[in-house]
Amino acid sequence: MAATSGTPTGSPAPGSDPVLIDVEQPPGPASERSPNTVLLAVGLAYLVAVAVFMTYDIQGSLSFALELRAKKLLAMTLVGTGLATAAVLFHTMTGNRILTPVLIGLDSLYILIQSVSVAFFGALTFVSFDERIRFAVAVAIMVAFVLVLDAIFLRRAVTDLPLLVLGGIVLGGMFTSLAALVIRLIDPNEFLILEDLLFASFTLVNEELLVISGVVIAVGLALVARVRRTLDVIALGRPTAISLGADYDRVNRRLIVLIAVLVAVPTALVGPVTFLGLLASNATYELTRSFRHHVTVPISSLAAATLLIAAQFVLEELLDFATRPSIIVGFVGGIVFIVLVLREVR
Amino acid sequence: MSIEVRAVSKRYGDRVVLDVDELTIEPGGVTALIGPNGAGKSTLLSVAARLLEPDTGTVRIAGLDVRSAPSAEIARTVSVLRQDNRVAVRLTVRELVEFGRFPHSGGKLSLADRDVVETSIEAFDLGDRQHQRLDELSGGERQRAFIAAVLAQSTDYVLLDEPLNNLDLQQADRTTRQIRRLADDFDKTVVIVLHDVNIAAHHADRLVALRDGRVALDGPPDEVITTDGLRVLYDLPLPVTVIDGRPVALHFLRHGRNGAES
Repeated sequence: MAATSGTPTGSPAPGSDPVLIDVEQPPGPASERSPNTVLLAVGLAYLVAVAVFMTYDIQGSLSFALELRAKKLLAMTLVGTGLATAAVLFHTMTGNRILTPVLIGLDSLYILIQSVSVAFFGALTFVSFDERIRFAVAVAIMVAFVLVLDAIFLRRAVTDLPLLVLGGIVLGGMFTSLAALVIRLIDPNEFLILEDLLFASFTLVNEELLVISGVVIAVGLALVARVRRTLDVIALGRPTAISLGADYDRVNRRLIVLIAVLVAVPTALVGPVTFLGLLASNATYELTRSFRHHVTVPISSLAAATLLIAAQFVLEELLDFATRPSIIVGFVGGIVFIVLVLREVR
Repeated sequence: MSIEVRAVSKRYGDRVVLDVDELTIEPGGVTALIGPNGAGKSTLLSVAARLLEPDTGTVRIAGLDVRSAPSAEIARTVSVLRQDNRVAVRLTVRELVEFGRFPHSGGKLSLADRDVVETSIEAFDLGDRQHQRLDELSGGERQRAFIAAVLAQSTDYVLLDEPLNNLDLQQADRTTRQIRRLADDFDKTVVIVLHDVNIAAHHADRLVALRDGRVALDGPPDEVITTDGLRVLYDLPLPVTVIDGRPVALHFLRHGRNGAES
C-alpha cells in the first residue's frame, strides 16, 4: 500500500485536500509510524480544527455564537465518530476495506423514508412532527432494514462479497428510483423542504436529539472498546478467528446490528454523509498500517470529525454556504473510493 | 483423550459429501487423510475444526464436542491450519505468532505468553524474519510462520488442511518436516489432509483414505498404499514400489491411463 505523508485530516486549512494527495501517492517503501504518533497528530488536528472553528471571526453576541458553534461541533464529532466506527467495523466483518455500510443501501433508504414521508404527510405537516419521533422512526426503519437484510442474505453475503456488493447496489438503486418517483409526485415547494432534509446539515440540530445520539454512540463505542481484542481476531478472517476460539458468527451477527445503529443514528440526525467513514477509515489504515481496533477506531473517528469540521469551515467561511459539507466529503470521498477500487484491481 | 468421529454426515442437496460412521484417532503421531478430490477429506477436517456444521453426528476432541463446547476452550485443545491461510490484514510474523496465544491470553499477552511466542519463533528459525510482513514472505516461509503460530497456540491436537498446496518441492519438503516435528518434538496429535499419497505414505504414521465421503481404507501406509488399495481409491491400476521401507505409488508412469491425481 502507498506510503503516506501528512495527516489525512490535516489542519482545517481552506482549500487543502491532504487526504486526496495522500492516497494518490504511488506506493513506496513502508515507513513505520507508531500509532501513538498518528493518534497524537490526528488528535491535535482535531483540537486545532475545533479551536479555529470556535473562534474564527466571531461577530455579535459571543455566548450565542459559541453555543451555536459548540452544538455544531458536537454534532459533527458524533456523526464522524459513528460513521467512522461503523466503517471500521464493517471492514472487520467483511475482511475488505473498500466496502462501506452505504453499499447495503442505508443512505438511499434514508432518502426514500424522507421522500415518502413528505409525499404522504405533506412537507409542512411532516416537518412539524416532533423531531424526536421523526428521528426515532428513521433510525428504527434503517435498523430494521439491516436486520431483515441480514436475515435474508447478509449472513451469506459476508462470505460472498460480490453478492453483498451487488445486493447493495440493487437495493440502493431501487430505493433511489423509488425516491425519485415519489419526488416527482410532490409539489416543487415541498421539494425544497425535502431537499433540506436530504442533505446533511449541521446548522440546525435539535439539542435533545444531539444528547440522545451522543448517548447511543457512546454506548456503541463502549461496546467496541470492550470487545476490541476479539474484533482484532475477527479481522483475521473466519477460519483463523474460529481456530483461535473467537465466536466468529455470533460476534458478526451482533456487529451488524451495531453497525446499523452507528450509521442510522448520524444519518437520522443530520442526513446522509456518504463516504465519510470510508475516507476516514482508509486514511487511518494508510497512516497507522494497523488494523487493531484500539488504534483504528479512535483515530478514524477523530479523522472523520476533523474532516467534517474542516469541510464545514471551508463552506461557511469561504464558500458562503454555497454548498453542503456532505457534498464536499462526498466529492473527495468518491474520488478516493475510485482510487481504492482501481488499486485493488491492480 | 482422542479424536472421535461418530456418525458424521454432510450433504449438499442430494450429494452426500461426508458419511463417516466411526473414526477414532488416538493421541500421538501424524494421521493423514487421503483420497481423491471430493472424497470428503477436507470436509471432515472442516467439521472437526468446527468451520463447518455437519448435518448429523458429533466430533469429540479430547472429550470436547466441537459443536457445543465453548469455542475458546476448543481453541486451547485443537488448532487449525488451512490451505488458504491468507489473512485479510497486514501482519508481521511475530504478530501472527502472538495471535496464536489468543485462546490463552484473550489478546493481552502475559510474560508467560511472550515466552511461548519467543520459543515458537525460535523453534522454527523465524527469529530474523519475525518483523517481516506475511505478504512479503514466500509461500513456504509463510507456512512456517503459520506453523509457529500453531505451536504457540499450545494445543494437544493440530488439524492441517492441505498445507502443501502451492508450495514447490523444496518448500513442501521443509513444511512436511516441520509438521512432523509438531508430532515428534512437541508431542502433538497431528491430523493432516494431503492429496499426495506418497508424501502421506512417507511422513504419516497412519493413513485414513476416504472415497465418496466414507472411510474406504484405514491403516499404516504399507497396508493402504498398495495397488489394490489405490484401485479402490482412484480406479487406476497403479504400480507400487518400496523405498526406505515406505510404499511409493508410481502414478506418473505411462500405463494406459495416467495422471490419477489432480
